[in-house]
Amino acid sequence: MAETATAWQLIIGGDPTLFAILRLSLIVSLSAVAIAALVGMPLGALLALTSFRGRGAVVVVLNGLMGLPPVVVGLGVYLLLSRSGPLGDLGLLYTPSAMIIAQAVLVLPIIAALARQTIEDLWRDYRDEFVAMGVGPAGRVAALVWDGRYSLLTALLAGFGRAAAEVGTVMIVGGNIDGFTRTMTTAIALETSKGDLPLALGLGILLVAVILVVNAAAWTLRSVGETGRTA
Amino acid sequence: MRHQVFRELPLVLDAVSLRAGSVAILDHVELAIEAGAPTLVIGPNGSGKTSLLHVAMGLTAPTEGRVLWGGRLAAPPVRRALVFQRPVMLRRSVLANVTFALARAGCPWGQRRPRAEALLERVGLADLAGRAAPALSGGEKQRLALARALAREPELLLLDEPTANLDPASARRVEAIVGEAAAAGVKIILATHDLGQARRLAGEVVFMTRGRVRERAAAPAFFAAPATPEARAFLAGDIVL
Repeated sequence: MAETATAWQLIIGGDPTLFAILRLSLIVSLSAVAIAALVGMPLGALLALTSFRGRGAVVVVLNGLMGLPPVVVGLGVYLLLSRSGPLGDLGLLYTPSAMIIAQAVLVLPIIAALARQTIEDLWRDYRDEFVAMGVGPAGRVAALVWDGRYSLLTALLAGFGRAAAEVGTVMIVGGNIDGFTRTMTTAIALETSKGDLPLALGLGILLVAVILVVNAAAWTLRSVGETGRTA
Repeated sequence: MRHQVFRELPLVLDAVSLRAGSVAILDHVELAIEAGAPTLVIGPNGSGKTSLLHVAMGLTAPTEGRVLWGGRLAAPPVRRALVFQRPVMLRRSVLANVTFALARAGCPWGQRRPRAEALLERVGLADLAGRAAPALSGGEKQRLALARALAREPELLLLDEPTANLDPASARRVEAIVGEAAAAGVKIILATHDLGQARRLAGEVVFMTRGRVRERAAAPAFFAAPATPEARAFLAGDIVL
């Protein structure tokens, strides 16, 4: 197909528009995952290691939030950031910051829920030994996070996959402004409807490649870590 | 040095009962354990051996009665250690499992590696130091669990059926390590239903059935002339309930 050939030309030729969009997409999604991890990992660990009334309900709700529809998150964040919203004075709507906030909200439950599951399973294994060894609360969390690090990495990947692939939130709170808030997914949607299939295809190929590269890097990290354990 | 402040012995179980609903898992157990040769807790499955060790470790609080370590109630486990029947390996290297236990026992950072290597040497796992601990065989896991327990420099070492799932050669290696620890002055309390092992290791025997201590005697006397009919039946290989 002619479109495919042109798409490859855009990628190989280093088309500036294409790579500006790629760069923004990566910044937004990686920042969102980093923020969601900073909040979600400790939250998941806390939920895994504490017991309180209604804990079961919290776990169910958290697991359910993994399936939050992106457009709904986008709408919620839009309402918060719009001129008349509670955070309207910050003037963040239609900026990359708004997109980062919205994606972080979207990804947070995924990371927190998977971290909770990982740490809880590991804790069930370790509990008796840790009690017998007299390991305190801080030592428990540190050891569980360290020993569960490869599973926790998978939680981060799931979050990144979700953030990089979604259109709804960034479209609503970013506005798909050319050269400012246009990401790969929103650009693909736009270019397809405009009929600029080579650019849409080129972006699509790049998006898939980015996700593959990130996952391959994580896989390598994991295999190196698991075979090269010395201490 | 917190190690010199607390004593774990004598271990005293004062009228200890442990109940789950209407079932008595431990039933009015009276035991005072002093330093000395190993105490072997023997009895059929379900006689309460594991529960006795968990109570003696402080993992399980008795429903009635008191447990005292060196005269103290509710003492945190400082110089006592328990090797579980199925020890759980941390998902780390063999060496890191031991350095973790050393760190928890308060060993300064700079001494952890050399001491961990010495402990692995002692249990015969020095060659496997870099291996992932969960990938070890059953016998190797037991020896690593022993190294982790010994890392605490225990005064009191509790072992729950440490050789129940091991082949004879692995079992002998575990017994040798336990024997060395006992010879070095560690008080051993070891639960087993392996009578040969009890004969090889015991200073004294505590015989249990249905949550009760039926008999406590020096090993030669117990094996030569058990006082209770249950113990006689158990030694003869009959089924005891």
